Parts: sequence; structure tokens; C-alpha cells
Amino acid sequence: MYRYDEFDHAFVHQRVAQFRDQVARRLSGELSEDEFKPLRLMNGLYLQLHAYMLRVAIPYGTLSSRQMRCLAHIARRYDKGYGHITTRQNIQYNWIKLTEVPDLLADLAEVEMHAIQTSGNCIRNVTADHFAGAAADEIEDPRLWCEIIRQWSTLHPEFSFLPRKFKIAVSGAAKDRAALRVHDIGVQICRNDAGEIGFEVMVGGGQGRTPMIAKTIRKFLPKAELLSYLESILRVYNQLGRRDNMYKARIKILVHEMGADALAEMVEAEWRQVREGFVDLPEAEVARIERYFAPPPFDPAAGSDSGLDTARRADSEFDRWLEQNVDAHRQPGYAIATISLKSDGGVPGDIDAAQMEAVADLAERFSFDELRATHQQNLVLPHVRKGDLYELWQSLKAHGLAIANRGLISDIIACPGMDYCSLATARSIPVAQAISARFQDLARQKDIGDLRLNISGCINACGHHHVGHIGILGLEKKGVENYQITLGGRADGEAAIGAIVGPAFSAEDIVGAVETVVDTYLDLRETGEPFIDAYARLGREPFKERLYAAH
Amino acid sequence: MPLIKNGAIAEDAWQFPADDAPLPGQGPVAISLERWQREREVLQARRAPLGLLVKSDTQVEDFAADLAEFELIALDFPTFRDGRPYSAARLLRERHGYTGELRAVGDVSRDQFLFMHRCGFDAFQVSSGGALEGWLRAVSEISIWYQPTGDPRGALGTLRHRRAAAE
Repeated sequence: MYRYDEFDHAFVHQRVAQFRDQVARRLSGELSEDEFKPLRLMNGLYLQLHAYMLRVAIPYGTLSSRQMRCLAHIARRYDKGYGHITTRQNIQYNWIKLTEVPDLLADLAEVEMHAIQTSGNCIRNVTADHFAGAAADEIEDPRLWCEIIRQWSTLHPEFSFLPRKFKIAVSGAAKDRAALRVHDIGVQICRNDAGEIGFEVMVGGGQGRTPMIAKTIRKFLPKAELLSYLESILRVYNQLGRRDNMYKARIKILVHEMGADALAEMVEAEWRQVREGFVDLPEAEVARIERYFAPPPFDPAAGSDSGLDTARRADSEFDRWLEQNVDAHRQPGYAIATISLKSDGGVPGDIDAAQMEAVADLAERFSFDELRATHQQNLVLPHVRKGDLYELWQSLKAHGLAIANRGLISDIIACPGMDYCSLATARSIPVAQAISARFQDLARQKDIGDLRLNISGCINACGHHHVGHIGILGLEKKGVENYQITLGGRADGEAAIGAIVGPAFSAEDIVGAVETVVDTYLDLRETGEPFIDAYARLGREPFKERLYAAH
Repeated sequence: MPLIKNGAIAEDAWQFPADDAPLPGQGPVAISLERWQREREVLQARRAPLGLLVKSDTQVEDFAADLAEFELIALDFPTFRDGRPYSAARLLRERHGYTGELRAVGDVSRDQFLFMHRCGFDAFQVSSGGALEGWLRAVSEISIWYQPTGDPRGALGTLRHRRAAAE
């Protein structure tokens, strides 16, 4: 993974000192809260219902053991002993004191981390396929380009006061695991007819109160020109994006209002001028960064390991975990293991300091010191030797982390909701907990099969409800929480926005309603037909009928 | 409101008459784009330096052809949240080769200085007091930049290139 050189180190330390000064000016009263707000937001610091919340960047979701141990230290030293993995592969802490933030950031800087641009109207921390560099279906590792984008976008002087936040995701695999089509810019590594590798660029996706699927504005962009092209998109957006209404300020609205073709033309026109004088990264610099993402020293003999089948036969619980949480690796003899952070009755994405340290140890022992955070709020050990999987699983089990539910109904994405967030209109966490308790039986979950259930506690959609196969949106009506169900959303290569199925349900009824949706599916599915395919075939009506039949 | 130029407090010789106010008899004036388009001949006949006060929703292309007429371009920030003048500044400096004074006016405070400076602004009409000391500090808070702009300070790609060449 990427390592800071002396310049990156110096930069992050300067940024910490700058923020220390800004905090001091806030504490002395020189800055009002209004003046301080944009400054703290540019450093991932929110003022929530009960305390400050700090969102720490995990660039493109990649972490080392040392970094994970530092995150555990921060949970203990500055928070209540835990953290929360977010839907943008970051981690946030919910109980932070303003006076301690500069020290916290200094601790992060020691392990080459920061909280820069994890909030605010700027280019946010770039996300990637969490199986990058490991996935069997990958054309090329996207993280080289993520790191290049990270550096380019860091304190970009022209794009730090955009109309609204701006999110970029990159994937190098055939299957879209990075939700590219619900990002402001989705970058897909692809091959053109001549066999050269470059990028397909999609623009204008997003969730929030006006969910939209991104449109492709360039089918093939040569690799060397990525930054000049991104700069052109951002410049057009910075100049033309709406600033009169914050709910209409994302680039998706610009794309919607002017049309993708017209926007593509403007970007191309800008690009023709930008690329003239643009100082692209020298090839030597690209090569320097690329070396950090070279594959780890895999053992070529690992492919001949045979212990795995024996262990599977001997231990059915291990077998279930293997089937559910382990994916094919590009390197023979290796596998990708997902660590589910969706324990029965737990808070989706929460991880305590002891678990962080345990996971750091396991990454060191079994995965070349590397970890990933996923936008589904889980963790991944990307490079595990197949012969080590049984031992890994036993260790995970000892820490309550061997939950075999990845991709099942209890693998819920949920925002913090009204338990923490000042924007929320309803609670999300208790709903997630109640659903995971209702569907506790793993055999039943397995029978239901692949199902994405996402919960947001308000219209801003941080819990990605629009792209859940089953989406739940928490609203408030006359002081009472109620929950709307959407069906048929998906965030993958065939991205779609879910359709509202009907009137909302009360907090008491929502879990039963979800169960009704699931039972309807089970009754109507054809052999081997996953939920999302059955929904595509059946449409909303049969679900609606069953849900509202009694009313 | 103090004016900071090239790292020091500067005297401001410029007048900014409102669009419906008469032009002052002499001295440099900065006017709106509308007034420039309307009273071009009158303004040129004054034989005094001319400047343009540009609203943030104006596109640089709308006055780029007339740049040679102006010694001052003042880009207005109606609020610090409005980031359009950063793009305008870079276009003026880097695309249109404007070399005159490029002044930030409006909601301009210390924590934006560094970004503005990097985009090519060289003068700042600041809205808060204690400005100079803060400005001097603000422009030196970060010395490493990841992206090239028209700013003479080299971006990191260049620094790394130089390091590699020296090795």
C-alpha cells in the first residue's frame, strides 16, 4: 500500500498545525461557531446531537495493521472505546471533545492518516472496490489511480468551495462493488477495442433526496489524461452547479437539468483547453506510486494446499462461513475473507478497540499486513492463504467476528440515525437491530439468499436505502417515527433506484412488514431466483398487495 | 477595510462607484461589467486606469476580449461559500494571461487566503481586522501542494521530480 514520503509527512503535519491554530482561535472566541464551521467541516469534524463526531479518512478503504492499531488507540483515548465504519469506507468516532481533536489528528499523522476532506463541500475521500488488487475479475488495481486522485484533490485550491460535496469512486473489476453509478463521478477501468486500458467516466449519480443513476459521458479516456479530465469536469461543475438551493446543488441536478450530452460537450470543450497546458503527473511519479501497489509476495506453492476441504467437511460452521464470506482471489492458493461487522443485535459497522486490535493482528499474520473497509460497513482481509483460512476463522470466532452473513438480510447498511445524527428524523439502529434479531436463524437467512437491506434515518439517504433491494427510510410525522419501504434498488453494475411500495409503517410494524416482503418473495420465487431477480420479474404489485391486504 | 497586496498593507487608489453614481473626475475607477459595456467610450476617454468589478456568476469569457483595457480585476465573493471566483482567477491568469492586479473582494477572510493565493489572487480586500499578521501566517501554513496551478510555488510532482533527478 501507499507510504508517505517526506513531502506527504510534512504536508499532513502542517495541516494538523493549521487546524490546531483554528481550534485555538475558536476556543479563544476569535472565531464564531459560524466562522469555525466550514473550517472544522473541512477536517471531518461535525457537531452532532450529543458531541462532536470526527470522521477519519481511510483512503479507498485500505489500511495497514499499524493504522488499525492507531484507530483502536483513538477509540480508547479519545472516544468511548469504539468506532463506526461508514458507507464511504471511512471510520467515525461519535464522542469527541473539540479540545482534543488537534492531538488526535497528530496521532493519526504518525501513522500516515488524516481527516482531510471527509466532509464539507469539497472533493471527498475517494472510494474504491474493496477487493482491489485481490479480486479474480479485475482488469487492473484501481488504487494507483485512487491515490493519484487523493493527492490531486487534497486541498485543491480551486475546488475547496464547490456548490456541494463531491464523491468519486474507482473500480477496476468487471463486477461493480464500488457503487460507481451512485457517485458524482464513477471511474471504471476498462479496455478499448485496441486492447488499451483506460477509463470509462460516469457523472451525476447520487442518493439523497433526489436519487439518480450516473450517466457515461466518456466511454474511453486514456490513462495518462485522468487528472486533466477530472479537472475539466470539476471546473464546469464549480462554475455552473447551482448555488441557490443546497438541495439542488449536486452535479446530478446539473446533469439532469442540462442533459448528459450537453454536459459531456461542455466538459470536452473545457478539456480541449485544459489539457493544452496541463501539467500531468510525470511518468516517473506514476511509476513511483504504482510500486506501492505491487502484489504482495505470494507463495507460488500455496495453490497446492489441500487442508481446506478436510476442514470444511469436519466443521460445518466453518463451511458456512467459507461459503458466505470468502471470495475468489486472483492468485491461486489465496482467498479474500470478509469480516462481517453485523453481529446479531449489534450496531451495523460498529467495532470496538479490542476487535480492532485483534483484526490488526490477524491482518499481520494472515493477509500481508493489509485490511480493507467496505462501503457495506464490513472489513476485509484481502490476501489470505487458503491453507490459513481455518485458523483465521477460529481466531475471528474467538473475537465474535466470524459472522457468516455477508450479503444476507442481516448484513444491513444503516446510518447512525437519530441515536447520534443531528439531521436524522428517525432512528435507524434499533430498526436494524430488530430486523437482525427477527431473522436471527442463519439457515433461514441462507434460504432467503442474497439480499441487500439498507436503512436511512432521514431523506439524506446516508444509509443508502435507495439502492437497497429492500430499502427503509425513517421519517417523522407529527412527532412519531414511521418507516417507508422501497423495493428493487441496487448499487451494482445494473444500478437502480428502489420504488416506494406504499404508505409508511410504524416503528412497531416495520419489522413485520419486512418479513411480509420476504415471505412474499419466498412464496413467489422460482427455483434459485434471487430476491432482486424475482422483483424484476414480478414488479411491486404482489408485494404491495400482501403488505396492505389487511388495511 | 484594509487592502493587502503582495504581503503588505497597501494604499488603495481605486474607487468603486456604484452603477448609477457619476464617475469621479479623476483617478482609477473600477466599474461593473454592465457599466463597461454601456459606457465604454466615456470610460476610455477618461485616460485613467480602469478596473472591473466582477460578480461571481459572470463567466470570464464574457470580458476576456477586453482584458487589455484593465489594470485591476476585482472578483467578488458574495459569501465565502461561493467558490466560483477561484475558477475565474485561474482562467484569467493561466488561460488568458492576465498579469494585472487580481483582487479578492467581498466575504474574504484569513482562512481562504491560501487557496486564493494559489489560484492567482495577489490582492485582498479583507473583511476582518488584525488582518496582516494573520495573512502572513496563513500563506505560510501549508508549503506543500499536490496540484499544479498558475502559482509560482512548485507542486509536489515537480518537487519529487527534482528529488529523483538529484538522487
